[in-house]
Amino acid sequence: MYANPLRVPVPMENMTQQKTELALRLKIVDLNFFYGPKQAIFGLSLKIPTNRVTALIGPSGCGKSTFLRTLNRMNETIRNTRVEGDIQLDGQDILGMDVVGLRRRVGMVFQRPNPFPKSIYDNVAYGLRINGYKGRLDDLVEQSLRRAALWDEVKDVLKKSAFALSGGQQQRLCIARALAVDPEVLLLDEPCSALDPVTTAKIEELMFQLKDSCTMAIVTHNMQQAARASDYTAFMLDGRLIEHSETSRLFTTPTDPRTEAYITGRFG
Amino acid sequence: MSARIVWRKSVNIVMLSLTGIAALGVVSVLFFILGYLLWNGGTSLNWAFFTQLPKPVGETGGGMANAIVGSLKLLLLAAVMGLPVGLMAGVYLAEFGGKTFSFVIRYTNDLLNGVPSIVIGIFAYSLVVLPVKHFSALAGGVALAIMVVPVTVRSTEEFLKAVPGSMREAAMALGASKWKTIATVVLPAASGGILTGMLLALARVAGETAPLLFTAFSNRYWGQGWGQPIASLPVMIYTYAIAPYDDWHRQAWAAGLVLLALVLFSNLGARFILARSKAV
Repeated sequence: MYANPLRVPVPMENMTQQKTELALRLKIVDLNFFYGPKQAIFGLSLKIPTNRVTALIGPSGCGKSTFLRTLNRMNETIRNTRVEGDIQLDGQDILGMDVVGLRRRVGMVFQRPNPFPKSIYDNVAYGLRINGYKGRLDDLVEQSLRRAALWDEVKDVLKKSAFALSGGQQQRLCIARALAVDPEVLLLDEPCSALDPVTTAKIEELMFQLKDSCTMAIVTHNMQQAARASDYTAFMLDGRLIEHSETSRLFTTPTDPRTEAYITGRFG
Repeated sequence: MSARIVWRKSVNIVMLSLTGIAALGVVSVLFFILGYLLWNGGTSLNWAFFTQLPKPVGETGGGMANAIVGSLKLLLLAAVMGLPVGLMAGVYLAEFGGKTFSFVIRYTNDLLNGVPSIVIGIFAYSLVVLPVKHFSALAGGVALAIMVVPVTVRSTEEFLKAVPGSMREAAMALGASKWKTIATVVLPAASGGILTGMLLALARVAGETAPLLFTAFSNRYWGQGWGQPIASLPVMIYTYAIAPYDDWHRQAWAAGLVLLALVLFSNLGARFILARSKAV
């Protein structure tokens, strides 16, 4: 699976020595999150390394999606929510950042494909247009669709409605749409839960290719997917981070008994 | 068969017949009106009806060209004044409003929808006619606009709410502000439905007579601009139908047919737009 030797995950404890090769894209320190009076995330700290895939696993309602959505501040669209703590993107505090600029740098793909009721072309161009991009849209649209491995399937029907595509194609279109604004980080919130296994494999292959240019964090309920597609895995339970290490180690020799119980299917 | 089963089956048959007859009644009333209008109005409908002004009392012939254009002008005024307000209020309710305030607005809007049209006529009369002391097309337009607003607000809100939240999230995750999300994704997604609602609202007020009687009044000639009284089909029908001349009665039937055709075609157009927007 790891064709490129540089892509072999580096053990966590070696991260500091290997800083030049394995920079940190996102650093989360002591994060607390509240829906009204109800706390959903408790003192979570996590490092997300550059150009690697970090998987977030855990039972339903453990706060994985909530955590993911704090990273591009999507939770701000929900009334009565509150964030405490420190989230740094390349050393910059994202909570003090302009939210439009942040979301340009941290893209997101959702659980269900959610293309706009526009043409395939306009879907991909959307992010560029609203950000006032003045260059040649055609090239960037093609490039983004190529990066999402969708170009060959849609190059002749760019003006067709995005709804004419299959579910898996729609999800790759959503990925292309997110990639068009060239984000540094891509957040994937259970991107394959509504897709069949063949399409899922395509998306995982795509994630592998995107690692050249993109840092990814993926929430998944599918532990095989986490094992296959990620370099690092974080296990969450009841709003707390239980364990975080390179994927191969977390799945073979988990240190926390709760992690072991979860990955062996004893609960969750 | 036991008596119980016989009883149950006969109740079934009786209820089926009753509901069926009621449903048939609804349809036949419409077809009766349509047929009667076609019968009475169709025969007096001719080219002159669409092109000529009403003839003076005592002369036969003539047409209602001024009333047809007048009705369209009044609808244009109602659209220009009423639709933007209705649209924006609908956007506010669906996208921005808080709980309590929205409830108050929605409730008030429903009340406005239920206000008798003649009362809205009096309101427009005291608002626009009294200050300048004469009837005007503008006053009629204001009255109709007030009636257009509540329907537009409600349909706009409903169609915006039908746009899935995931689309809003997608736009915002790409860095769109709330307003930009609404303007570039939500409104276009709901545009077919919203347009349909607007057309239906206009079709509804096209046949209103009461609010025009003492606002736009009527005019036997071409109107002299927006500040002067203007003829409209419903008021013409009213005037001609209660007049003692047979020729006028025939023209009233023809006007009724034209008005019904106008409403029917805008309804069909609305359905066509809605069907097409769903296909996207």
